[in-house]
Amino acid sequence: MSKHSEVVPNSTLIDDAAAALGRAGFSRRSFLVGAGALVVSFSMKGALQTALAQGPFEGGTAGSPPLNQLDSWIAIAADGGVTAYTGKAELGQGISTAQIQLVAEELCVPFSRVKLMYCDTVQTPDQGITSGSQSHPTNFNQKNLAQAAATAREALLKLASKRLGFSADQLVAKDGVISAKIDPSKKVGYGDLVGAKKFEIKLDPNVKRKSASEWTVLGTPARRPDMPALVTGQFEFVHNVRLPGMLHGRVLRPPAVGATVVNVDESSVQALPGVVKVVVKKNFVGVVAEKPWQAIQAVNKLKVTWSAGTGLPSHADFYNYLRSQQPTRDTLLVNSTDVDEKLAQAATVVKATYYYPNQMHGSLGTSCAVADVQGDKATIYSPTQGVWPVRNSTSILLGLKPENVHVIFRRGSGCYGLNGADTVTYDAALLSQAVGKPVRVQLSRKDEMAWGENYGFAFVVDERAGLDAQGNIVAWDHESWSANLGNRPGYTTPGNVITGTLAGFSPEPFMARSPAPEPRVYTNNSNGVPSYVAGNVGGKPQGTGTVKSERSLTHNIPSPLFTAPLRSPARLQNTFAHESFMDELAARAKADPVAFRLRHLSDERLIEVVKEAAALANWEARPSPKPQNRRTGIATGRGFSCVAYEGENGWAAMVAQVEVNQDTGKVTVKRIFFSNDSGPISNPDGLRNQIEGGALQGMSRAMSEEVTWDDQRVTSVDWESYRSLPLGFDVPEIKVKLINRPDENATGAGETSITIVAAAIGNAIFDATGARIRQVPFTPQRVKAALSQTFSQA
Amino acid sequence: MNAINLKVNGKAHAVDVDPTTPLLYVLSDDLALNGPKFGCGLGQCGACTVIAKGQAIRSCITPVKSVEGAEITTLEGLGTIEKPHPLQQAFIEEQAAQCGFCVNGVIMTAKAFLDKNPKASEEQIQQAMSSVLCRCFTHVRMLRAINRFREGRAREGLAKEGRTREAAAK
Ligand code: FES
Ligand code: FES
Repeated sequence: MSKHSEVVPNSTLIDDAAAALGRAGFSRRSFLVGAGALVVSFSMKGALQTALAQGPFEGGTAGSPPLNQLDSWIAIAADGGVTAYTGKAELGQGISTAQIQLVAEELCVPFSRVKLMYCDTVQTPDQGITSGSQSHPTNFNQKNLAQAAATAREALLKLASKRLGFSADQLVAKDGVISAKIDPSKKVGYGDLVGAKKFEIKLDPNVKRKSASEWTVLGTPARRPDMPALVTGQFEFVHNVRLPGMLHGRVLRPPAVGATVVNVDESSVQALPGVVKVVVKKNFVGVVAEKPWQAIQAVNKLKVTWSAGTGLPSHADFYNYLRSQQPTRDTLLVNSTDVDEKLAQAATVVKATYYYPNQMHGSLGTSCAVADVQGDKATIYSPTQGVWPVRNSTSILLGLKPENVHVIFRRGSGCYGLNGADTVTYDAALLSQAVGKPVRVQLSRKDEMAWGENYGFAFVVDERAGLDAQGNIVAWDHESWSANLGNRPGYTTPGNVITGTLAGFSPEPFMARSPAPEPRVYTNNSNGVPSYVAGNVGGKPQGTGTVKSERSLTHNIPSPLFTAPLRSPARLQNTFAHESFMDELAARAKADPVAFRLRHLSDERLIEVVKEAAALANWEARPSPKPQNRRTGIATGRGFSCVAYEGENGWAAMVAQVEVNQDTGKVTVKRIFFSNDSGPISNPDGLRNQIEGGALQGMSRAMSEEVTWDDQRVTSVDWESYRSLPLGFDVPEIKVKLINRPDENATGAGETSITIVAAAIGNAIFDATGARIRQVPFTPQRVKAALSQTFSQA
Repeated sequence: MNAINLKVNGKAHAVDVDPTTPLLYVLSDDLALNGPKFGCGLGQCGACTVIAKGQAIRSCITPVKSVEGAEITTLEGLGTIEKPHPLQQAFIEEQAAQCGFCVNGVIMTAKAFLDKNPKASEEQIQQAMSSVLCRCFTHVRMLRAINRFREGRAREGLAKEGRTREAAAK
C-alpha cells in the first residue's frame, strides 16, 4: 500500500485501495486525485488514514502542523507582511511563484508582500510529495493553501468589522488594508488587526473563493522572484549549504549489481591527507574527509573486496525478458469481455508492438545533501520532494525518533521525479551519524547515473484493434509489460532507494497476482486506458472515447534495476503506444489522423485541444504518409498526438513537423505546435515555460535517451554514454496555444506536453517516409532500419 | 603545502590546497562561491564554467595550479542582483530558467564566446553552446536571452558608432 498511482505502471493501489476509499466515502473524482495523493496527502489524509488503517500514512502527519488549522498555512506579521506555509516545493517548475500569486490574490495583498516558506518539518504542513502534477490541483482548488488564504481574508474582514463598526459586506480588502466602502478613511491594516497573533481558527470548507474574473495577481505572468539570484550566482542551492565544521563525504558503490562487501581495508586510506573516517554499514561504504577533493581521492584508493555480482538480464534482449517473466502482477483496467469476438468479426485487424526503454532523470547537477546528526538528533538539508516522508524514513534508517529528525528542503538541480535526492540524503545522514559532525555529500556523475537514481520504467506494449468496413474502430485491446523495483521511500521504506538497500533495508516486496481481477472501479491508471475507448466499468462509460469493445491489461514484474516515477511515469510510455497506434489505424483506414481521432473521441476538452493544435499548425487534412515522398535525401512530414493526462488531469495535443534525412537516418524536428488545457491559468508565462521544457525534454527522451547495461552493471554513466540534447542542437520553433478555463478546477500542467512528444515525432517520421518507428529512442540507426524495412516491403 | 595565489572576480586569494585539486572545488569550498556548479566533473556539461584569461574553461577538470595568477571571473563577477550584467538581465527579461542549475554554464559560455565574437550569428551561437546541457530543457528561452543580449549590444554598438560619426561631422 505504499504505492501510489504515479508510481505504478500497474497500479496495485487501485483495486486494493478502492474498497477502503469507497468506505471512506470518496467520489470517483476525489479518488483519482486521491490516488495520486495517497502519499501526496492533502486534507483527506486524516480520513484516508482512518480508511486505510495501516501502512505508510501512519505517522506521516504526526508532528505536522494540522492541515485543517489556518495557522498552519498563513501568518500575518505586525507590519502586515504575509507568510504562507506550504508543503509543495519549488523544484524549478515555478510552483512557488504561482503559490505566492494565489495567496496574494485571495488575501488581497500585493505579490511582493507574501513570503512563501516551503517544506520544512518544523514549520510547514505535511503535504507528502511534490510530484505527479498534483501541486496545482492540490493547492489551487477548494482546499489547503487556497482555502487557507480565503479563510484568512474572511477572518480579517470579520475582525475589521468589529473594529470599524461596519458589517463585513460593507467593507473591502485591498493591498492589505480593509476599509469601509462608503468611507475609505475608515480603515485598518492587516498588521493592526492580527498583530503577529494567531488566528486560531479552522479552514472554512465553504469559504468563498475569488472568481477568476476578479483576479489581478493570479492569472498574470508574474516574474519569478528567484530569477535575479539564479542568474547572478547568488542563489543558495542545497549544494551551497555550508555549516560550521562541515566535513565532506563520498560514497563507494559496489562494482556490480548485487555485489556485497567482503572486506574493507581501512588502512588503505588512513594515511591520506584529510581523511576522517571510513564508514561501513552492511554494503554501504563511504569516506568522510575534511575537503571534497580529499574524500574523492580517498574513495578512489580505498581497498574493498566485493563478492561477485548477481548478474543482469541481457540488455539487447530485455523486452523479451519483460514479457516472458513469471509470475506477474496483473491489472485489468477495462474489460468489455467481447474484445476477441469483435476482433474476429472485424473487417481488418491491426496489431503492433511498441518498446520504451528505461530512462534517467539525469539531473544536471548530481544529487547533494547535508546532514548534521549529533547523538539522537538530526538536522538534514535535502532536495527531496517530500520532507515529511524523508523525515520518517531517515529516522528508521538512523534508528532515531522521527520527531528528532528535522528535514529542511533546499533546492537541488531540477529532478523530474525521483532522482538521487532521497538516496543522497541517506548517504549524508549515514556518514554524519558515523562521525557526529555535519557532512555534505554530492554524488559523482557515475554514482548518480549508475548508483544514485531510480530509473523511469521500461515498457513493452502490444496494441491490437479491429476496423469495420467503413474504417471505424470496433474494438481495442491493449496489453503492457513493465518492471519495477523500489519506489519513493515514502514514510516507511528506506530500502526503496539504493542507499537504503545497501544499508540493509529491503525494497517493498513484489506481490504477484494473476489472473487479474475484473475491474470494479474505473481508473485511467496512468493512461493505461487508451483515449479512444469508452472506459465502461460498472455500467458507466467513464473514458474519453467511443470504442465500446475494450480491454486493457497490464503486467508488472520485478525489475533488475531500481525504478520510480520519472516525469509522466507510465503515462508517457502508454501514450507513445496509443498515439502511434492510432496513427497506424488512421493510415490503415486511409483517414486523416486528426479527423480519425475526432471521430473516436467523446471528451469535449480533449476534442477542443485536438482542434486547437490542428488549427494552430494549419493542419492540412489528408491521410499519412504524405503522397509522393521521395526515398532518398530529405523528406518532410507532420505528426499528431494528444492526451487527456490521467484521463482528466490536463489536456494537450500537438503537431510535430520534421525533416528526415533518409540517407543518414537523422531526424530534425523543425516546428512544434501545442495546445494545452489545465483549467484556470495561474501564471501563463510559468505554464509556457513548463510546456516548452516538457516538449524539448520529451524530444530528448524520444530521440536519444536510454539506460544501458552489460551483464553486471549499468554502462550509461556519463553524458557520452547517456545522450541528452545539448543547448546547441537544432531547437525547433515552438508555438503554444493556452486554453484558459477560469471556472474549472485546476489540473496538472507539468507533464502534459512531455507525454505526447514521442508519438507526434514518430507519426511525423511515418508521414514523411512511410516508415513506422516503434521503439524509443529514435536513433539514426533505428530510423534507417525502419526505412530499409519499409522499402523492402514496398 | 604551498599556498596558491588566485585572482577571482578582481580579488586576490591565497589558498592552501593540493595543487591538483580541480579549480571548481576551490571556488565552491574554499572561496564559498555559489556560481560555478558541479554537474559532471568530466568536462561534459558546462555547469562549472568560469572565464580565465578571457576563455571559458571547465573548472571541474582544471587543476587549480594551472590557473595560478590568471584573472578568473565567475558568474558572481559579472553583475549583482541589484545591478545585473546585461546578459544576466536578458535572462531575467526572458525568465530563462527553470531550476537554474545550468544557468552558470550557459551564461559564462555565451559571455566568453560573444566577447570574442560579437558579430556571431544565431547559428554560431548554437554551435558555441553545443556541449552545454540544460536538463530542464529551457533551451528556447536561454537562446532567446542570449540573442536579446547580442542584439542589444549590437544596437548599442551602432548607436555608439552613430555618435562617433555625428561627433566627427561636427
Ligand atoms: S561539471 Fe564541469 S563540465 Fe560538467
Ligand atoms: S534550468 Fe534546470 S538544468 Fe537548466
